[in-house]
Amino acid sequence: MTATNPEFEAECIRRILAGERSLFHDLIRPCERAIYFLLLSLLRNEAEAEDAAQETAIKVYLNLGNFRGDAQFRTWVLSIARNEGLGRLRKAGARREDSLDAETDEQTGDYTPALLTCWREVPSEALERKELGALLRKAIEGLPGIYRNVVLLRDIEEMDVRETAAALGITEGAVKVRLHRARALLQRDLAPRLEGFAPRRKAMFGWLK
Amino acid sequence: MRIDCKHVWEHISSYIDGEVDAELRAEIDRHLETCEICSAVLDSTRNVVVLVADERVFELPAGFSDRLHARLEKELPLAGPP
Repeated sequence: MTATNPEFEAECIRRILAGERSLFHDLIRPCERAIYFLLLSLLRNEAEAEDAAQETAIKVYLNLGNFRGDAQFRTWVLSIARNEGLGRLRKAGARREDSLDAETDEQTGDYTPALLTCWREVPSEALERKELGALLRKAIEGLPGIYRNVVLLRDIEEMDVRETAAALGITEGAVKVRLHRARALLQRDLAPRLEGFAPRRKAMFGWLK
Repeated sequence: MRIDCKHVWEHISSYIDGEVDAELRAEIDRHLETCEICSAVLDSTRNVVVLVADERVFELPAGFSDRLHARLEKELPLAGPP
């Protein structure tokens, strides 16, 4: 995630509105990743997410004069991305439970974690193995939509609870509940399968391999 | 009061984010000292959270940024001033 800078943004916006159009590239660049992954999480199709991300950027430009600065710029941008994604889902006649608006929080699921008696840490270096990245992506893609979005913004884009809630149009409490459930589902799905990626236990003696 | 495993699981996500109050954190820590299952559940959950956050897991498609800025370059002049 690229940290956003409110002063830089405010200055950029002022100058773009005064006619320096080319500065828009610098303004939108730090938000690109979050826009794309929010849309990918909604639309579940890379080509469509990319097209929607481009449309979002154009809409952000056209509506720049409406940004009031009472929200973070990135939050405002992501709410435009979300509307773009939801609009496309509606057009495609997507099932309601797959949209961000779905309110299935009251559903009681089984959030019992995978029960283990010991855990060997899988280090980040293990991501050099392509299968690990693929396994993690598949697990996140397999989450119900309302959980996937929250994981994406909170854990992957590392946005705080407040910003996530604002971008998704839900309460901060809902963000916490959904994140908790999503992490429990991911742990249950992944923990048994991650075992093979942990380094082998160190041999007790140097000559043992 | 001694909390049970299920109670610990309910708070794992907030515990990882440092959002449980001091009293509950102390209860959970006490429980973790003697419960190997909850310790493994916590460690594995934290490990999963760290791994999914790694930039290598979710990468933008190759050329994404170039295509986005090329389209902006083409369309913004036609769109007129914001």
